[in-house]
Amino acid sequence: MTLAVNTRPGVEHRRAVSARLLTTVGLLVVLALVCVASVTFGVLDVGWNDLVAGVMGGQETTAQAAVVKRMPRTVLAVLIGAALGVAGAVMQGVTRNPLADPEIFGVNAGASLAVVTGIVFLGLSSQSGYIWFAMVGAAAASLFVYSVGSLGRGGATPLKLALAGAATAVALSSLVSAILLPNVQDMETFRSWSIGGVGGATWDKIALIAPFLLVGLLISWSSSRALNSLALGDELAAGLGEHVNRSRLLASLGGVILCGAATAIAGPIGFVGLVVPHVVRLLVGVDHRWLIPLSAIGGAILLTAADVVGRLVGGTEEIQVGIITSIVGAPFFIWIVRRQKVREL
Amino acid sequence: MTAISEHVAPAEPGTSTLDIVVASRRRRSHRRILVHLVLAVAVLVAFWLSLTLGRTNYSSADVIGVILGHDVEGSFTIGTLRIPRASTGALVGLAFGLAGATFQTMLRNPLASPDVIGISSGASAAAVIGILVLNLEPSAVSLLATVAALATAMAVYLLAYTRGGVANTRLILVGIGLSAMLSSVVSYVLSGAAAWDMQVAMRWLSGNLNGATHERLVPLVIATVVLVPVLLWLTRDLEAMRLGDQTAAALGVPVERRRILLIIVAVALMAFGTAAAGPIAFVAFLSGPIAARILGPVGSPVLASGLFGALLVLVADFVAQYALGTKFPVGVLTGALGAPFLIYLLVRSNRAGGSL
Repeated sequence: MTLAVNTRPGVEHRRAVSARLLTTVGLLVVLALVCVASVTFGVLDVGWNDLVAGVMGGQETTAQAAVVKRMPRTVLAVLIGAALGVAGAVMQGVTRNPLADPEIFGVNAGASLAVVTGIVFLGLSSQSGYIWFAMVGAAAASLFVYSVGSLGRGGATPLKLALAGAATAVALSSLVSAILLPNVQDMETFRSWSIGGVGGATWDKIALIAPFLLVGLLISWSSSRALNSLALGDELAAGLGEHVNRSRLLASLGGVILCGAATAIAGPIGFVGLVVPHVVRLLVGVDHRWLIPLSAIGGAILLTAADVVGRLVGGTEEIQVGIITSIVGAPFFIWIVRRQKVREL
Repeated sequence: MTAISEHVAPAEPGTSTLDIVVASRRRRSHRRILVHLVLAVAVLVAFWLSLTLGRTNYSSADVIGVILGHDVEGSFTIGTLRIPRASTGALVGLAFGLAGATFQTMLRNPLASPDVIGISSGASAAAVIGILVLNLEPSAVSLLATVAALATAMAVYLLAYTRGGVANTRLILVGIGLSAMLSSVVSYVLSGAAAWDMQVAMRWLSGNLNGATHERLVPLVIATVVLVPVLLWLTRDLEAMRLGDQTAAALGVPVERRRILLIIVAVALMAFGTAAAGPIAFVAFLSGPIAARILGPVGSPVLASGLFGALLVLVADFVAQYALGTKFPVGVLTGALGAPFLIYLLVRSNRAGGSL
């Protein structure tokens, strides 16, 4: 995977910008449609009039009440999706690795272990507590997997990172079972967190994570120039005046905040961060200044759509959004692996 | 290495190179035999201790009496509980150790054991569905898990197959991707389960020997008797494949066919082991590198890895049962052991400057 920076000068450049703006507008329209679908469809489908009334805050009919209940859920799905999409783009940029994803790299397992530790040993039960624990766990796991994966000859190859991530995930989830098995009552608390999805969304939860997501998004977007330089390779980036390690650390910080906060509220959700940046790169190229904001929109579309599909397919027992994204995302992962030339893996 | 240099130092000036090579080869093969003997004796001792020791301790005479069919004190505890449990533990450990070292040698990567690259995730998903959705008997769950493990391995192989054959890296990555998908199936099924069923399923998923009975031991024994000799016969070609696919082909090994055969045999061992005791974490992952380390660079580590796996499961199960206050499934212990070992393995390979 080469993430070369596109530097076409003059007219070509302006044309590229307008094409990208057009793509952005197109994606925003799709996002708006998906959001409408998310408020409309479910066990009870809502008509247009009720939809408008419900959004305005009307509660007269059941349909309007359903709309009111579905609104925070939709907003949460958009936020979490955006966070995961950006986290994926940042991770792929920082590691220069097409397979980077919080699920594959064991980052979600790290967040899970931290939350379990909090629940069982420290009596953690509040959402805000989950956020800090999940974030620390995600940071520790990603640091560990990255340093383990970049040991030895050849630095951090996708293969080494993926193996280190998989092995770490197995080890961490054994520790999760070791902690949970003697504590049946905590198992229930953990389960409701770990399969959280976006079903339990409330405005309180949204208000809780919004600042984290905002900070994470800003850090990530402000690192996009640095990520563009890093894509050229460490030596060249240093030659261009980039503080390689500092930029990498800052960008990773943005990714970890996003990923940890999203995981804390919605439980481990895999593959959004893997799929979205790849698709967006096909649309707008490899410039991170565009890639990162559009990955946010793309992630929001994917997660909201997955949530709607989970509601429609599952009927009254809806399928959690993380399961849908895995079932869509894993074949995509395999497709990327098949497409790459072996020596690049 | 020191053994060789010690030998070279006192060699007379007239001694031919051939003599030195022959002597050092003999020395290495002695070491090989010695290591295997020590491991085998250790397995037997651990097996015997897990029959005699426990909440109640029995003498060796009692155990022999029970095995010979006499009606002595403790014949229920020993005959119905401990013998199936210890035998299952030893055989599952053997199977996992053999399969793990086979995959690690074939894929030339110490991290690429079947449990890490997701071969057992198919068995886990099938078992969870069998337990929670279909409410099957334990024996039917085992059968389903065996079939599913084989099917998963076949899917991984086919998905990694392109015109140029199956590249090792692709096989590993496809396995990781597929197992991520299967584990989301597991968590979906778990999400709808009642709390009690959830604990049963979680115990199965961690891997434990509580369900060991004489009846469930039978398929495992048959699989071991049939598959282990085949695998040991294949290790010769496996050693050649270690040098690289092209070198192996030049040495006359039909690489692609051997790879398929090795995968089938190793996965079948994994599958029967998983069906009997669940996916005991990291036994396959830990055994190969440790066995290779004990052996030194002398030939195939596969058999030694199997013996070490058996020893590991027996000891870990004993500790998990009696030494920790709560009774843990054995897989929780081996999984927790795997984490520090993973770090050790990676740090060591970094120091050596090798790539994983």
